[in-house]
Amino acid sequence: MSTQDPHKKDIDSVTGIETTGHEWDGIKELNNPAPRWWLWVFYVSVVFSIGYWLIYPAWPTLSGHTGGNKGWTEYSQLKEDQAEQVLERAGLDTKIDTASLKDIKADPKLYEFARAAGAAAFRTNCTVCHGSGGQGGKGFPNLVDDDWIWGGTLDDIYTTIRYGVRSTSSNTRQSQMPAWGKDGLLKSDEIEAVATYVEELHLPGKKGEQSAVSAQGAKIFADNCTVCHGEKGEGMQTVGAPRLNDNIWLYGGEHATIVESIYNSRAGVMPTWEGRLSDATIKELAIFVHSLGGGVEAGAEPTTAP
Amino acid sequence: MFKHDKIERNSIILLLATVLVVSIGGLIEIVPLFRVEMTIEKVQGMRPYTPLELAGQNIYIREGCYLCHSQQIRPLKDEVERYGHYSLAAESMYDHPFQWGSERTGPDLSRIGGKYSDEWHVAHLTDPRSVVPESVMPPYAFLKTRAADLSNIGDHLKTLKILGVPYTDDMIANAYKDAIAQGTNEADTAGLTARYGEKVTSRAFDGQTQMVSEMTALIAYLQRLGNLVDFTTYNPDLDPRNLPDAGAAP
Repeated sequence: MSTQDPHKKDIDSVTGIETTGHEWDGIKELNNPAPRWWLWVFYVSVVFSIGYWLIYPAWPTLSGHTGGNKGWTEYSQLKEDQAEQVLERAGLDTKIDTASLKDIKADPKLYEFARAAGAAAFRTNCTVCHGSGGQGGKGFPNLVDDDWIWGGTLDDIYTTIRYGVRSTSSNTRQSQMPAWGKDGLLKSDEIEAVATYVEELHLPGKKGEQSAVSAQGAKIFADNCTVCHGEKGEGMQTVGAPRLNDNIWLYGGEHATIVESIYNSRAGVMPTWEGRLSDATIKELAIFVHSLGGGVEAGAEPTTAP
Repeated sequence: MFKHDKIERNSIILLLATVLVVSIGGLIEIVPLFRVEMTIEKVQGMRPYTPLELAGQNIYIREGCYLCHSQQIRPLKDEVERYGHYSLAAESMYDHPFQWGSERTGPDLSRIGGKYSDEWHVAHLTDPRSVVPESVMPPYAFLKTRAADLSNIGDHLKTLKILGVPYTDDMIANAYKDAIAQGTNEADTAGLTARYGEKVTSRAFDGQTQMVSEMTALIAYLQRLGNLVDFTTYNPDLDPRNLPDAGAAP
C-alpha cells in the first residue's frame, strides 16, 4: 500500500490524473471522478423519489403501506382508463348496451361501430376455434356460409354466443344425438347402410335409389333420424340437428367419418360467454358474425332444397 | 475522516456490513408481506385444487408451460380488455409454486378455464397448428397416450397441506379415488363434490374412456383456471391492499 500521506494528492505521471493512493505491487488506481452529468442525474433522482413517495403508494408499513396524498391505486387508475375509453368511443358502447339488435342494425353508424368492435372481439376470443376468417375447422362450425346448426338470425346467433351450446350455462342450447352404435341401438350393417344413404343425400336424384344398401339405409333413416334431421335431411335448427342434404360437413362427409358420427354420436361444445364478455360485446359479436356472409333475416324461411 | 480501508481489508467486517445493508432492504420490503391477511384479499369461491387438477398442474410445471404462458393479468386497460378481470392474489394462493410466469410467448392463461371446449383443448394440445395456424407451440400429443400417474397424488396433497393449503385428512385419504372419479365419464362423484364443492366438473376431459390420461389431468387443470372467484362479491375498494395505512386513513 501507499506509504504516502493520503491527504497529499498523488498525480499519475503518465495520464496526469490523481490516484486513489492505493498501490499494489507498484500498480496504482486512478481516481477518475464520475462524470458531472451523471452525478446530477443521480441527485435529481434522489429528490424526485422523495416527491414520488409523498404522492404515490410507496413504503410498506406493519399494518399496510403509505398511501400517498391522492389515494392513487392501480385499480382506480384502471377505472379511469376504462371510463376514458367509453368517452373515446363517443358513448357508442353504452348505446349498444341499451339498444336492441334490430335497432343497431337499423342505425348505420351504430351498425358500423358494432361490426368493427365485433371483429376485434372475434379476433381475441373466437378465432382459435372458428378460424381467423370464421372458416371453422373439423368440429368447429364455419360461420361464413349460410348453413346454420342453431339458426342464423341475429337473435339466434346472439343466443348461441351468450349461452353457448351444451355449455355450463343453465340457459344453454342443449340436444344430444344418440350414440347409435355404441349404445347398441343399430347394428353395424345398419349403420353402414344409413351412412351410405346420408352420403347420397346431397347428390341430386340419387337418394336411396343407388343400391339395395342405400335403400335399406333410407328405411332406417325414415324410422330413426327424420324426427330431428327431417324427412329429406333438411335438419332442424330448434334442436341443433344439422342439415344433411347439403355437402357441408362439420366433422367430414367421407363414409368412414359419417359412420363414426352415427356410431359414437357427436356433441360439440360452445362455451357460454355470458359473464366473460359484456352484453354489448356479445351483441357486437352477433352483428359481426351475422355480417360474415351467411346471416339470415328474421322471419325468412331457411332453404330446404339441396 | 472515515476510512473504508479498514472494511476492505477485514473480510469479517466487510461481511457483517454487507449483511447489515442488505437486511435493511429485506426488512422493509419482505417483512410486511408476512402479514398475509394484508396481502391476500378475502374472496368468495376460491378452493384448493382437486387431486386431478393438481396432477394437471404438476404436468403443466413438468412440461414448462410457465416458460411461455403467464398467469397474471395486470390491472391495465388493454390486458383487462383482452383477458378479463385482473388477477387477484387470492387466485394463486394455493399454487406452490405460483405460476405467474414472466413471459408471454403464448397468451396469458389466468382466465382460460371454461373459455374453450374440451374438444378444442384436445385438438390444440395434440396439434396446435390444426386450430391456430400461426401458433409456435410444440405439440403435446403424447399426453393423450400416457396414463396420469396418480398413485402418489395423496402425498402431493399431504405436502401442500404442510405448506398451508387447507386439505383435510378426508381429502388426502380419498385423493386417488377422487382423481379417478373426476377424470371418468358418469362416475360416482358424490364424495368428490362433497369435498370440493358442487362446481367441480367431472368427465373424461380428453374424450378417452379407457384411462385417465395426462391430457385429461392437464385439461381438468386448465378448465379450472380463473373461474372460481365470484367477482360479483369482490369490491376492489374494500381490498385491504388498496387501503392506505390504518393510521394514515381519514
